[in-house]
Amino acid sequence: MTLQEAKEILEAEVLAGDDLLGQPIKMACGSDLMSDVLSFVKPESLLLTGLTNPQVVRTAEMADLAAICFVRGKRPDPLTIEMAKAKNIPLLTTLLPMFESCGRLWTHGLPGCSEYQKKR
Amino acid sequence: MALNNKISKIQELIYEISVGEVMRTNLVTVTPQTPMSRLREILREKRISGTPVVDGDKLVGIISIEDFIKWLANREPDCPIGQKMIKEVQTLHAEEPLTQAVNKFEQFGFGRFPVLDHQTNKLVGIITKGTIVEGLLKKLEIDHIEEEEVYRHRIKHFFEDILADKVSLFFQYDVEGQNFKRAGEGASRLKSSLRRLGLDPQIVRRVAIATYEAEMNLIIYTQGGTIRARVEPREIFVRVEDSGPGIPDIEKAMQPGYSTAPEWVRELGFGAGMGLNNIQRCASKMGLYSVVGKGTTLKIRIFTEEEAKSETRRNDSKTGPGR
Repeated sequence: MTLQEAKEILEAEVLAGDDLLGQPIKMACGSDLMSDVLSFVKPESLLLTGLTNPQVVRTAEMADLAAICFVRGKRPDPLTIEMAKAKNIPLLTTLLPMFESCGRLWTHGLPGCSEYQKKR
Repeated sequence: MALNNKISKIQELIYEISVGEVMRTNLVTVTPQTPMSRLREILREKRISGTPVVDGDKLVGIISIEDFIKWLANREPDCPIGQKMIKEVQTLHAEEPLTQAVNKFEQFGFGRFPVLDHQTNKLVGIITKGTIVEGLLKKLEIDHIEEEEVYRHRIKHFFEDILADKVSLFFQYDVEGQNFKRAGEGASRLKSSLRRLGLDPQIVRRVAIATYEAEMNLIIYTQGGTIRARVEPREIFVRVEDSGPGIPDIEKAMQPGYSTAPEWVRELGFGAGMGLNNIQRCASKMGLYSVVGKGTTLKIRIFTEEEAKSETRRNDSKTGPGR
């Protein structure tokens, strides 16, 4: 699906990168632990997280994540948003909690990172 | 930044591009015998504001909508255009640079200039401010695309283009301990640099993640250190060093989930005890050496050619328990 579709499914608001909504999202991952994200997440993923510090954007940058969506209505500070804009990483925020966000995307056919791996 | 470049590019182009390159060549013309009453139709139908008057293929005058309005306002009887046209026509030559056209527009305030061929003086086209803008925009687009392609091609073959028996690029990043504001900057800059060299994105990602985790360790546990990366065609070697406090039990530290991170670090999303394991997972080879009170050295090697074979090998041998 595209980031635009994911945004609609999550009823999310765009905080950065509204010109980047056309890109494909191949899978998603929900986590608040950045080290976990760095172990498991594959590129072209959407990260759902409640963590709003700038390290989330750094993590996304290192792992080539497609976009970040903050859950539970969380919003990052302006510095984090600026960093994301500078690195062309879209930021979204949804009022839905983590479980529901993941659930909704899953029922719309978006696989998780382990599902998407071709090798074990 | 981009806007500034585009503006000076336009200035360049105005000197480079000739009138002939942007002029409109599908011309609407009238003859001196055409009656003025017909002019309205012609101007409206073709959506133009003026037209050259030609006798055969010789330019004899020019007539514009202003002339038409004057004729109308004075309620003059119908007559051939030849009587109302301007006979001294300002023209441009096809070979002239656009600067000439711009100057003439400014000087005379006319809406259009017929363009003549320099040698034969035949009418070959017409130029208005609109055609200049169109032409510039087209040229900018083409140039922009070409520049990018050349740039990308050049960078991708960086190592191939350098003639030497051995090539090695060295990058160093100094990391300040305990400074979370800039945490990840070293890894980020290294990643951008490797990207620019046109290295395989998978390789770049692995280097980036490994370096990032190592940088976080420097920031969380030490007063600072250095990241030194050596980039060669077949491998990337990253060495991360600090001068304290050292790791008392390396084996324990390598256990996934084991962490000595203080509480405030966990609040930042780190301290899950996965850092060293992530590094191990990304690296083709990894070595960790530490002396308590003296410091720690982390060596990471990522092979570029091994990529295809390494996926399976790493998954088999280096995966920690229960992942």
